[in-house]
Amino acid sequence: MSQVYRLSSGGRIDRSKVLNFTFNGQTYQGYAGDTLAAALLANGVDIVGRSFKYSRPRGIIAAGAEEPNAILQIGASEATQVPNVRATQQALYSGLVATSTNGWPSVNNDVMGIIGKVGGKMMPPGFYYKTFMYPQSFWMTYEKYIRKAAGLGRAPLQNDPDTYDYMNQHCDVLVVGAGPAGLAAALAAGRSGARVILADEQEEFGGSLLDSRESLDGKPATEWVSAAVNELKGMPEVTLLPRATVNGYHDHNFLTIHERLTDHLGDRAPIGQVRQRMHRVRAKRVVLATGAHERPLVYANNDVPGNMLAGAISVYVRRYGVAPGRKLVLSTNNDHAYRVALDWHDAGLQVVAIADARHNPRGSLVEEARAKGIRILTSSAVVESRGSKRVTGARVAAIDVKAHKVTSPGEWLDCDLIGSSGGYSPVVHLASHLGGKPVWREDILGFVPGDAPQKRVCVGGINGVFALGDSLADGFAGGALAAAEAGFKAPAVTVPKTLARQEEATVALFQVPHDKSTARAPKQFVDQQNDVTAAAIELATREGFESVEHVKRYTALGFGTDQGKLGNINGLAIAARSMGITIPEMGTTMFRPNYTPITFGAVAGRHCGHLFEPVRFTALHAWHVKNGAEFEDVGQWKRPWYFPRAGEDIHAAVARECKAVRDSVGLLDASTLGKIDIQGPDAREFLNRIYTNAWTKLDVGKARYGLMCKEDGMVFDDGVTACVGDNHFIMTTTTGGAARVLQWLEIYQQTEWPDLKVYFTSVTDHWATLTLSGPNSRKLLSEVSDIDLDKDAFPFMSWKEGLVGGVPARVFRISFTGELSYEVNIQANYAMGVLEKIVEAGKKYNLTPYGTETMHVLRAEKGFIIVGQDTDGSMTPDDLNMSWCVGRNKPFSWIGLRGMNREDCVRENRKQLVGLKPVDPTKWLPEGAQLVFDPKQPIPMDMVGHVTSSYAANSLGYSFAMGVVKGGLKRMGQRVYSPQADGSVIEAEICSSVFFDPKGERQNV
Amino acid sequence: MLHIFCPHCGELRSEEEFHSAGQAHIPRPLDPNACTDEQWGDYMFFRDNPRGLHHELWIHAAGCRQYFNATRDTVTYEILETYKIGAKPQVTGKSSAPQLVANGQGEKV
Repeated sequence: MSQVYRLSSGGRIDRSKVLNFTFNGQTYQGYAGDTLAAALLANGVDIVGRSFKYSRPRGIIAAGAEEPNAILQIGASEATQVPNVRATQQALYSGLVATSTNGWPSVNNDVMGIIGKVGGKMMPPGFYYKTFMYPQSFWMTYEKYIRKAAGLGRAPLQNDPDTYDYMNQHCDVLVVGAGPAGLAAALAAGRSGARVILADEQEEFGGSLLDSRESLDGKPATEWVSAAVNELKGMPEVTLLPRATVNGYHDHNFLTIHERLTDHLGDRAPIGQVRQRMHRVRAKRVVLATGAHERPLVYANNDVPGNMLAGAISVYVRRYGVAPGRKLVLSTNNDHAYRVALDWHDAGLQVVAIADARHNPRGSLVEEARAKGIRILTSSAVVESRGSKRVTGARVAAIDVKAHKVTSPGEWLDCDLIGSSGGYSPVVHLASHLGGKPVWREDILGFVPGDAPQKRVCVGGINGVFALGDSLADGFAGGALAAAEAGFKAPAVTVPKTLARQEEATVALFQVPHDKSTARAPKQFVDQQNDVTAAAIELATREGFESVEHVKRYTALGFGTDQGKLGNINGLAIAARSMGITIPEMGTTMFRPNYTPITFGAVAGRHCGHLFEPVRFTALHAWHVKNGAEFEDVGQWKRPWYFPRAGEDIHAAVARECKAVRDSVGLLDASTLGKIDIQGPDAREFLNRIYTNAWTKLDVGKARYGLMCKEDGMVFDDGVTACVGDNHFIMTTTTGGAARVLQWLEIYQQTEWPDLKVYFTSVTDHWATLTLSGPNSRKLLSEVSDIDLDKDAFPFMSWKEGLVGGVPARVFRISFTGELSYEVNIQANYAMGVLEKIVEAGKKYNLTPYGTETMHVLRAEKGFIIVGQDTDGSMTPDDLNMSWCVGRNKPFSWIGLRGMNREDCVRENRKQLVGLKPVDPTKWLPEGAQLVFDPKQPIPMDMVGHVTSSYAANSLGYSFAMGVVKGGLKRMGQRVYSPQADGSVIEAEICSSVFFDPKGERQNV
Repeated sequence: MLHIFCPHCGELRSEEEFHSAGQAHIPRPLDPNACTDEQWGDYMFFRDNPRGLHHELWIHAAGCRQYFNATRDTVTYEILETYKIGAKPQVTGKSSAPQLVANGQGEKV
């Protein structure tokens, strides 16, 4: 027995294409053109999930984005799992696998449901907060189980095999929504020649026209839709995006559209196709034609499967050829629900009765229903439904809307389907994403978009314009206006003729009264996704939550994945009535992006895997790979960390590399250091203002180490700058600081000293830098270079131009290891050839490549700082014992001088950088470890500093560290202690931070 | 994402090409040594946090790398004007905003 609820004819489905799918392990059949929800209903699947808090069985309510219950897990394999998909928006495809996201052991027999039934009274709003509050640390434990029981879908455990991407778009007019108003707006704007994007979240364009009884110019509505879509397709400047949800309205008319390109085709995207695409659209004008959502009425047990939105029933009947029941009872406060009765009646099904809250409805649709002999009960409403897993009856009683009272006991009507309609809520979500407050309109009993600075036009249902003819006219006018504002002129149009109808006003009814008080009546659900009842909202207001935002947070109203599309207005109305105020006095509800949930795939686009972040390689990277380097990430750079030989771990490799540099010669790729080419007549003056030390007397051919501070006097970068010509310098920066420093130079030049003629160019990537370091570096370099390397001709802290390996090079004689060193700079694209020549020549000197780890050890032995490791943005040059690098008498008050003279920066007892020598030379102080003077002091101890760099016993024969200690420079020889997590204490002696060659003789040979 | 008119490039470009650099029109004192610690602290650390018009310093970091100023409404995020360093803002009170839009400059910025 399959598809027992499928009508024998009708619907926009292809009955020749049968599609098999599974839901909760059982196989069903549907047709091409179905949504998953339509196919489930066709197969008589009543229960699609269990509710969040009470675990009550829940069925499909709606037919679109507003669906709160049919939130399913989709995916035939682990890698293709997608959680929280609305069955009402998922097109059916062959092989679709869907499961409920909650319910244990199954949605039909759920253990929690029994607890929900008996425990309902014990689970008021705030239940979780109130119950699982103590001890506070246990919340994490509770939460895990609460979530498991509640069920919110799950992420896949394997990588998504599909591709997602982004597309940037610019257009004159973006039309959101392709219902009657949106299609009309797109036609008007498109005919003007403007570049138009029309996006709609559904499988096909047409919106409400796809299930409409109306005719346009005497023809069925769907014919007008086809004609309109065909005309738009023929316009070269118009882009049509079906299956594309405009999910965010961001600043300055930047909107994001989540397009599902292949979600309707199968579990995976076909080979070579992108699954989903995020369009990032900058629109000159936006037309919001997002329509309106029907609002359900709130009555007792309104969540039993078989309770639906009235309009959704028409959608299933007319668009999918599915009757979600046999015997229908309708409950309404407006005329529109009557067309549902007519659709149901036309399909040959039984309308048991229509309960209308109004006294004497006389609208055209009402009269039409009356003429067909349908039973209409006025001044009445469905006050309660009956049934456990499916509706079996509805109690219709007379009510007094104004007094909020039931005035007769009413009668139980046998039925299996209840459709309710409480009027329409304009879909104002996008209009309020940027903070625009919706405005209440009593005449339509709904919020419409308020004024906003965005360049947008709202047309149709979102404006409270519901009648088809009016909506079309509004759409044409809005589209033309938007095009005109974007600089185009739309030709005049004739709005298609529609049937003029007499309409009876809607009466304000949100929660239907019950014989018992709200607290004692069976549950009346407001937000089904979060199990928020009318009683819970009343309780929240009684407990003092008077602001609508507080009510929402306390009850969780509107906090589900549906953002309360169906529940928010009813909740607001109940809170307002409970407090004795009007709805606009109560407040309004705001929405944030995204309109409906989107996948992480669409958020990430191509930015995943190796494209997640750019990676930078030096010109010598291939050589490092070939020579077995292990790499370290330094910013975006891949730098060789160490070069292990067979059987070596990092310690053995680093020890060997250090020894080679100290004994003979090592080779380091220093290309990643930032290099900024500085030129201009005022370059020297500029350096004087930016660096802490003096640059006036640096001759051409010389280089100098410089410290840079911020205005607060704290060190923020360092490096060597060489004088190339009187108006020309090359500045080096730290690897990670290159971009920051360039921007720093630029901001001062452009905003403070625009009179200084000086220009900056980043040349980091233009030059490759090979550092030769060690006592044999001169001998080695002389074999591959024509430069005179004589110690007097080419002294320490100078640079020369010449050939290295036959290629023009700039060679800097500077040292970061304390050894005789040359930094060879070569145009990057020649660097590999030069490297190979140096390596060949270096064989007899045991030339050893070394990485950042050895570099760190060697520089620490010399007490050279690394900005960002030994400094943390709170240390002045004095704190670093680098007063020698501060030109206090320079004429211009350079950056940092005033800051470092502040009272707190000159006080005694600041933390100062010192060397630390563990008393037990085999002990290693962890970097970051806190230091104290008195290890016996009870906790909390007075912490007097911390370790910044630390290395195990190596060439020095003992472990050593650098760290900051309060007043450390005056405490040489004293002890500090570092209590460890395991209870042990490492004792260390405060010493000079220069551990090796304190006189600096080795670099000066 | 903001749409920012770079007064150097003469084009509207997306926010991702720019970086904000904080409040505009905070000149470095010409004689820092004449400042008290408190004055220097004010210069370094204290900034306005207005609801409404705010003059801000921006850099077209992934474009021309030039700094410029922008007058932005911190409530609506509208940028009412952008202008080069050294120029004075034209929009300094609520009243002038609609006027700029009216004379067409609002469209550009």
